[in-house]
Amino acid sequence: MRIVVDSEKCEGHNRCYSLAPELVDVDDYGYASAIGDGNVPPELLEKAQLAVDNCPEYAITLVNDDGTPAES
Amino acid sequence: MTDQMPQTPPVEDWTSDYDIFDPDYLTDPTLIWDDLRNECPVAHTERWGGSWLPTKYDDVVRMARMVDVLSSTDPIVVRPPENNAGDPNAPESGYTQAVNAPPISSDAPVHTWSRRLILPAFSPRSTANHEPYTRALCHQLIDELQASGDTTVDAATNYAQQIPPRVIARLLGIDEGMSEQFTDWVRGVLELGLTNPPLRQKCRDELREFFMAEIKDRIANPGEDLISELLAAKVDGEPVDLLHVAGTCNLMLVAGIDTTWSSIGSALWHLATHPEDRERLIADPELIPTAVEELLRAYSPVTMARVATDDVDFNGCPIKAGDKILMNFPGANRDPEMFDNPDEVIIDRQQNRHVAFGVGIHRCAGSNLARMEMQVAIEVWLERFPKFTLDDADAVTWAGGQVRGPRFLPIAVDAEAQVPGATSVTT
Ligand code: HEM
Ligand code: SF4
Repeated sequence: MRIVVDSEKCEGHNRCYSLAPELVDVDDYGYASAIGDGNVPPELLEKAQLAVDNCPEYAITLVNDDGTPAES
Repeated sequence: MTDQMPQTPPVEDWTSDYDIFDPDYLTDPTLIWDDLRNECPVAHTERWGGSWLPTKYDDVVRMARMVDVLSSTDPIVVRPPENNAGDPNAPESGYTQAVNAPPISSDAPVHTWSRRLILPAFSPRSTANHEPYTRALCHQLIDELQASGDTTVDAATNYAQQIPPRVIARLLGIDEGMSEQFTDWVRGVLELGLTNPPLRQKCRDELREFFMAEIKDRIANPGEDLISELLAAKVDGEPVDLLHVAGTCNLMLVAGIDTTWSSIGSALWHLATHPEDRERLIADPELIPTAVEELLRAYSPVTMARVATDDVDFNGCPIKAGDKILMNFPGANRDPEMFDNPDEVIIDRQQNRHVAFGVGIHRCAGSNLARMEMQVAIEVWLERFPKFTLDDADAVTWAGGQVRGPRFLPIAVDAEAQVPGATSVTT
């Protein structure tokens, strides 16, 4: 499972960063990006889902390793 | 300054004649929004210069994104007094509504660069630098409350209201000792002044003069503060116009004060009236960050305005060029189509795409700072006053309009249970 941030949609609310700092980082302007290749280890799955469910811009998604959208 | 709101005729029909200053709306607008969502999701009024009021989450979010036709050039929720029918205080001339407070009062392209100019000062990392100061300040305020020996304290005036002016003053590099003055100016601009135009004008003039003087000083003696940074910044190779810098400073003071203290006040009001949530947070402080987001959702303080630059049909509502639209972020956050049990505060709510800080390109630039202040203010209060209740529910007063929150909040603190401060509080 990977976490993906759509930089076109992100407006820098930083909800993801405050909920899942292990998985996303933000730049000086608040815009978010996945850390590394966005790989989500099983123990962080819950946090990843929390980041998805709290982004007001719908900018974060979880995808399977083959790139298809993951079921939430 | 008094908290007196002007008397307005009672509302008979909220769908066509709503009044955001009506006592019912100020005390608890949720039932009114519920009715409107069912009957007329985008309501209209002629009061206070006329406006439209969306109440559904999807509509508010869609409108926030319609930046090409819904402009931010006039973000205040009431009209200039020339059009403010029935305003007894309107001066004959000389009052202008136009706000110069970029980025909040601007559209692209000015919005884009003026926002980029300030964002780094409010990134999560920059914000974290102000945490120790904020924590020490909260402890110091509680030391003072405990030293007074009073068992009932006004948590709005003597706690919530004391925090944001000092934090933002420090960030801007202006005199923290002037926080009472800042508070008066901000309430004059955003709260009491909305229904009292001469007061609003006076406070805005004084604020501008104050910042122009600070700017002159910083040109002579640059420091490490945000004003100096803005003066040093270049946009397309050119320094930024001084009036622009003054407008932005003005915005940061105004936007950072009333809003944040309102949300700290509402959070304490909630915890004083919901002992189960208070006990849960004390037992499990790790819940505080999600609780803060939930309290922001449930008691969103800020309503902004847009003005239509063209005629638009919005779900059948004939919005005309020049009409005002109230960005009802608080109402959107109570929409049952978006949030399960929206009127219940669930401090560990999982799905919470709330828009208390707005949505889209004008998303609150100071949201990380506001969050930090709220978290620290609540943590320190719970640590030092683990047991408290509302002293007199009927005595609580609420301000509203642009920014909603408690202005008098008598909280009875259990003197037996209170925790004294550490002796060495450093700032
Ligand atoms: C709980 C506290 C706060 C709330 C609920 C809040 C809410 C909002 C909202 C709803 C907007 C969007 C305006 C719009 O769509 O027109 C906004 C914008 C803004 N806020 Fe806040 N705010 C808070 C605290 C702060 C603080 C502490 C600052 C720091 C100085 C700040 C600075 C700003 C700025 C500069 C903008 C304009 C952004 C833009 O137009 O691009 N706010 N705020
Ligand atoms: S919560 Fe959404 S909008 Fe905010 S920084 Fe994260 S991805 Fe961007």
